[in-house]
Amino acid sequence: MQDVLTGHEIPAGDGARDTASGQSRIELRHVSKGFGEAWEREQIIQDLSFDITPGDLTALLGPSGCGKSTIVNMVAGYERPDSGEILLNGKRVTGPGKDRMVVFQETALMPWQTAYQNIVFGPKLRGDLRGAELDKEAKRLLDRVGLGDFKDKYPIQLSGGMQRRAELARALINKPRLLIMDEPFRGLDAMSRPLMQEFFLRLFEESRRTNLFVTSEIEEAIFLADRLVVLSNRPAQVRTVIDIKLPRPRDFKMMSSPEAFAYKREALEILHEEALKSFGGDQQAKYEDASLRQAS
Amino acid sequence: MADTISTNEVPLAVQTRAPAMRRRSRLEKTLSSPSFWRGLSALVVFAIVWEIGARSKLWFGIEVPFFGKLPAPTEVLGAAVHVVDKPGYWASWYQSIRRVLTGFILAQILGIPFGLALAVNKYFRDFFFAPFEILRPIPPLAWVPAALIFWPTNEMSIAFVTFLGAFFTIVINVLGDARSIDVRYLRAAQSMGASQWDLFSKVILPGTMPSIFTGAAIGMGITWNVVLAAEMISGGGSGSSGGLGFFIWNSYMGGSLEQIIVGMISIGIAGFLSSAAIRKLGEYVMPWRRLF
Repeated sequence: MQDVLTGHEIPAGDGARDTASGQSRIELRHVSKGFGEAWEREQIIQDLSFDITPGDLTALLGPSGCGKSTIVNMVAGYERPDSGEILLNGKRVTGPGKDRMVVFQETALMPWQTAYQNIVFGPKLRGDLRGAELDKEAKRLLDRVGLGDFKDKYPIQLSGGMQRRAELARALINKPRLLIMDEPFRGLDAMSRPLMQEFFLRLFEESRRTNLFVTSEIEEAIFLADRLVVLSNRPAQVRTVIDIKLPRPRDFKMMSSPEAFAYKREALEILHEEALKSFGGDQQAKYEDASLRQAS
Repeated sequence: MADTISTNEVPLAVQTRAPAMRRRSRLEKTLSSPSFWRGLSALVVFAIVWEIGARSKLWFGIEVPFFGKLPAPTEVLGAAVHVVDKPGYWASWYQSIRRVLTGFILAQILGIPFGLALAVNKYFRDFFFAPFEILRPIPPLAWVPAALIFWPTNEMSIAFVTFLGAFFTIVINVLGDARSIDVRYLRAAQSMGASQWDLFSKVILPGTMPSIFTGAAIGMGITWNVVLAAEMISGGGSGSSGGLGFFIWNSYMGGSLEQIIVGMISIGIAGFLSSAAIRKLGEYVMPWRRLF
């Protein structure tokens, strides 16, 4: 197989040497979360339950501001649910850990480290991979994401797409059981976004590492996902789960198939309803008010 | 075109001599840069206008009040040539630099950890932030009389006042920046297994480095201000141990206008050199910032 970005031959599978990939199940059970003091408390997530199934890419799709990032923060362990629980292979999540790596919105590469230093940061910190072995693995991943020639560049010297790829490599070297991507391609330009989607798709299909992919773009979600969890407006609840049965390996041509359109219509209808709910009531009232005034 | 290609493909054997080549090309670069010549011509024009004004007491036919007594730049240059020969002048330089460095370095050594502690520890902040904020608005020079009474020697009073000038600046800079470090850096590090100490030493500290240097640059400017004023007020000891501030004061007492201006320009040069040194050090310590 050839890499879409670099044109290089892709080295032997990521998953082959990584036993953790493709076997982890995350369960969210009746999770609720709110912010603020009691008298002005805003409920962000209300009794949310869904599964992230092993070896699948579960896309989380919802209107912006519906609490997707809060879900990411709870699954990653940065925040705790007020009630309910999150289980990783049956074990309760209580804090951040290297078994769940997050690729953040925009870039969260440390600006004072080169691409290489960013990538070896985790293993070096823990000491679980060191010396020549670590160097070899870091270089393999850098090559894999097409940044072999850029290893000594600082994040600011890399383009947006390169930064995302470096961040992917930084997450993957920790061999997470779950890779969490929080709108990772947001902010990329129209040229590099589809390239990154395709690149990431190849990477995923090759390792089938369990993935939670948060996005507010329907096309992106359908193109990448095995399962599509569509969320409601705030407080976030699951509206529906759509199984995307487009064959793998996928390519952009499949997006114009009737199946893809059907998925898209189904997701769109729900999102549209949610969008109407969020400002429809308000807008409707104003409209009626204005027409009444005109009539009188 | 052929030229550019050949410089890009310098053979390895030639590249080993790179340092010597780079230094020369850097001077050439400076000499060929329009910014350099613009800056230089501004200085020359300034000197010429000053010279004309000082000699004719009129600027293009208009008398400018108060400026009449200013010596011409050529006279200042003459005084400078005269003064540069005397060991006393260089002793003044040495004294002022020594005082600035003492106060400045002390301020960094105490200020950086203090600012970081305020930033990362809530209890520390609760206890120390209020007194810090009350002391901070007091101008360093307001401390001079109290310092002269409190500290046993003049030298210690000057060092103390200089220290204060840089201390508050560095603390407030470090505190602000360390508190506003992007939470995603901290979270990413946490996911990768960072301990509290790792978060501090590997994320907060390097993340605060730019503001440490900003604080240092501003603090350096303030220490020069403060040292000079403190030297004038305290008399700065006697004779050659007076420093540049006392050099100016002494010239004033002796009625040598040219020498006052030599002293002033000396301070300008000293300040310029110190901030250049801090900038260089910053570039060296933070290679990622050189790219901005």
